[in-house]
Amino acid sequence: MQWEVVIGLETHAQLNTVSKIFSGAATAYGAEPNTQACAVDLALPGVLPVFNRAAAEKAVRFGLAVGARINRKSVFERKNYFYPDLPKGYQTTQLELPIVAEGGTLRIQVPSTGSGQSYEKDIRITRAHMEEDAGKSLHEDFHGMTGIDLNRAGTPLIEIVTEPDMRSSAEAVAYAKALHSLVRWIGICDGNMQEGSFRCDANVSVRVKGTDKLGTRCEIKNLNSFKFLEKAIEYEIRRQIELIEDGGRVVQETRLYDPDRDETRSMRSKEEANDYRYFPDPDLLPLVVSDAYIENVRGTLPELPQAKRERFISEYSLPAYDAGVLTSARELADYFEATAKALGGEAKLAANWIMGDLSAALNKEGKDIVDSPISSVRLAGLLKRILDNTISGKIAKEVFAAMWNGEGEADTVIEAKGLKQVSDSGAIEKIIDEIIAANPGQVAEYRSGKDKLFGFFVGQAMKASKGKANPAQLNEILKQKLAG
Amino acid sequence: MMLNASLKDLSDMLAARKVSSVELTQTFLKRIDELNPSLNAFITVDTEKSLAQARAADERIAAGKAEQLTGIPFAQKDIFCARDWLSTCGSKMLANFSAPYDAHVIEQFNRAGAVNLGKTNMDEFAMGSSNETSFFGKVKNPWDVSRVPGGSSGGSAAAVAARLCPAATGTDTGGSIRQPAALVGITGLKPTYGTVSRYGMIAFASSLDQAGPMARSAEDCALMLNVMAGFDSRDSTSLEREKEDYTRDLNQPLKGLKIGLPREYFAEGLSADVARAVEAALAEYRKLGAETVEISLPNTRLSIPVYYVLAPAEASSNLARYDGVRYGYRAPEYGDLTDMYQKSRAQGFGAEVKRRIMIGTYVLSAGYYDAYYIQAQKLRRLIAQDFEAAFRQCDVIMGPTSPSTAFRLGEKSDDPVSMYLSDIYTIAVNLAGLPGMSVPCGLGDNGLPVGLQIVGNYFAEARMLNVAHQYQLATDWHTRMPEGI
Repeated sequence: MQWEVVIGLETHAQLNTVSKIFSGAATAYGAEPNTQACAVDLALPGVLPVFNRAAAEKAVRFGLAVGARINRKSVFERKNYFYPDLPKGYQTTQLELPIVAEGGTLRIQVPSTGSGQSYEKDIRITRAHMEEDAGKSLHEDFHGMTGIDLNRAGTPLIEIVTEPDMRSSAEAVAYAKALHSLVRWIGICDGNMQEGSFRCDANVSVRVKGTDKLGTRCEIKNLNSFKFLEKAIEYEIRRQIELIEDGGRVVQETRLYDPDRDETRSMRSKEEANDYRYFPDPDLLPLVVSDAYIENVRGTLPELPQAKRERFISEYSLPAYDAGVLTSARELADYFEATAKALGGEAKLAANWIMGDLSAALNKEGKDIVDSPISSVRLAGLLKRILDNTISGKIAKEVFAAMWNGEGEADTVIEAKGLKQVSDSGAIEKIIDEIIAANPGQVAEYRSGKDKLFGFFVGQAMKASKGKANPAQLNEILKQKLAG
Repeated sequence: MMLNASLKDLSDMLAARKVSSVELTQTFLKRIDELNPSLNAFITVDTEKSLAQARAADERIAAGKAEQLTGIPFAQKDIFCARDWLSTCGSKMLANFSAPYDAHVIEQFNRAGAVNLGKTNMDEFAMGSSNETSFFGKVKNPWDVSRVPGGSSGGSAAAVAARLCPAATGTDTGGSIRQPAALVGITGLKPTYGTVSRYGMIAFASSLDQAGPMARSAEDCALMLNVMAGFDSRDSTSLEREKEDYTRDLNQPLKGLKIGLPREYFAEGLSADVARAVEAALAEYRKLGAETVEISLPNTRLSIPVYYVLAPAEASSNLARYDGVRYGYRAPEYGDLTDMYQKSRAQGFGAEVKRRIMIGTYVLSAGYYDAYYIQAQKLRRLIAQDFEAAFRQCDVIMGPTSPSTAFRLGEKSDDPVSMYLSDIYTIAVNLAGLPGMSVPCGLGDNGLPVGLQIVGNYFAEARMLNVAHQYQLATDWHTRMPEGI
């Protein structure tokens, strides 16, 4: 039987406001437990929430970035349940009227696999709403007791919900990556997955291919890496298909992924689910945003990844793949564009170097593009020397390494190390003559038809010139001389 | 003499240095010492803290920096958090709770240089109409200690009536200022919702709770409201309005005042002696130049069911924070986490609070939410529209505050519905968010006080205080005090 997988994602992204969503306490990560929790976060008697409008601005940015409708009036509601890290006994969230309504889409690039081509797809965003995060329960180090850290309680989140539009773990990962890139791009979330700033819940179901009715779904909670997201979905798909093929039925439930054992486990079934008794929070007024406010926010949005990608293709004649990679982060795109501008053309060369040598060097040292020791202007300076034949591509790598190590800009390095390309035909001829004289056997073999040996002579000559010989010139002269 | 002096007189005496704040505070503390054992109006009295504030007030007066209420002692309902004081809200759950902050109301009194004379008893979490649900025991009505003082601000009401303090604060969610004011013969005002910040006031039903003054006259209430009212950014429902002087219209004549009399407030269920006293008050108003018109508030009859859906719904959520985890009562013995929650809440809350948490949880549950909560919200709007229509015909609405005079302790404690019905005339005002007052207007058959309710349009407090003050200039019901006290 042919199965079709149906996936929808709910993503919690932490909005990078300075203070919490309903209190003035700081949101910074990593402070001593309970040092960033004020009376409101501790839910002491009589204290009241005050909404932080900076959170709304960030949520509206998101809504506009995905082209969704913004609700002019949205309402905070209470989601009631008891848990020690939920001090008020309810989470303040949005249910009936979220700030970001329907109409949003996010375009994803699904990379090619062994069997399939890469492709693009639009994932529909159902809604996005603001809510507060809970604190943390710490089960270790307390000798059988549970510690509570309320520093995170009240941190603003935006929960972004998709339609069940994804059909594979690869699409889900591509969506999560695109969303992760977007929230950082528009400056609403730091995207730090280790610190829990960006985490996904995946709703997974399977159905017989060609049927319309959705299968029973399971929700896998709190996936905080792309790898876990992929593996959890893969496991869950296998589990559900095997279950059905063995005559069983999928039960709607919440599951947790255990990365150590690479499996999902049941957390609670639908029957065990809480009745959250949602109702509008009487301590908070409905949030009203005006058209002028929305237009004002729209005016502060940067060029969005999709628009930039398309522009890179048309303006710089980049292949779609390159444009996609270079627009995966705003800083990377800015770096590319600055390099290309400084170079004044030949953008593909800039793209190659940024995606190749520069990315490799950054990755090796775990550095971000904004921390690159080589600025875009200096990289352009290096690339210019390739274009004007001062150095070869190969020598450029050596210059690049020296620049990376702080030995100055390209021209300084080339000068200091004497790496200038030799384009003096007399000098090249001299080198070739010596090579031919030193290798009579190979010359004879070549002349008797063993063309492959040409590479050998090029290598010898390059080596003799310490890589500085102009490759095109070298080839030409070598051909003439070997032809005898 | 000091016991019966108005706030204005006390203020003048303090300013003229005829009496010091320390002397004044000591006088009332002594009175509390003598009478509180029989009335149980206070939960916490702290002589040292009160006297320290009084000394500071005397210095401020000496330095010529006094405001009108500087040096005057006030009793504070134990629902207001006050730094360094216990703030129990009448509950075992918070019997050991001391807040590290002052409620906005406490802050405002402190800023004015007033003295905190102590924290008054109240129904547990303000849930009750008789002050019998307090963990700290019942409060007695000073007019007859076998009777209730009303609730939930019964401690404040009894304290003011018995002259244990010059005036006190209260809170009103469904009548908790006005009904006890009526039952002990004092003047109480519940302002327009949003006038006094709820910050630091322990929540019962957030969309209905409102703090206000409880005093012996409308003029005293006006002076207190001048201190209590004002925008506070810490309460999102606090109204951003210009600060006003609530005494400004006290002396306006009432000629031409149009008083609306809701047909529904003079119908079945109203005691004859209460009706007589209210009618006499209306006759007095006509003498003062007012005219009365009959109006109708047809949805009033729905206000009790609507209130007993909405208030418990909000309360069930507001009281979820009392879980034994971070502060307050935790059961001494328990098994797992759920057991800890269950035992702590079962032991920490009294019967009435548990009843309302259960009602509230029920009406918010899946499958019942639309039938109860949503329906009640729709009716709440209809009730407000009744008043809107009424205020096109009249300036203020008048009627009885409570259907009867003070009932006996224990008389209604086993019959919650009959207890809930004692708030029939006050609840609709909270649902509409309007300001309401109770003014003493006579004595009933048993010699117990009767209250006249005055309801005004939104932000009509100054006008209502004027209407009450003019009546108090012409009558002396508000000066009557319980005998033997």
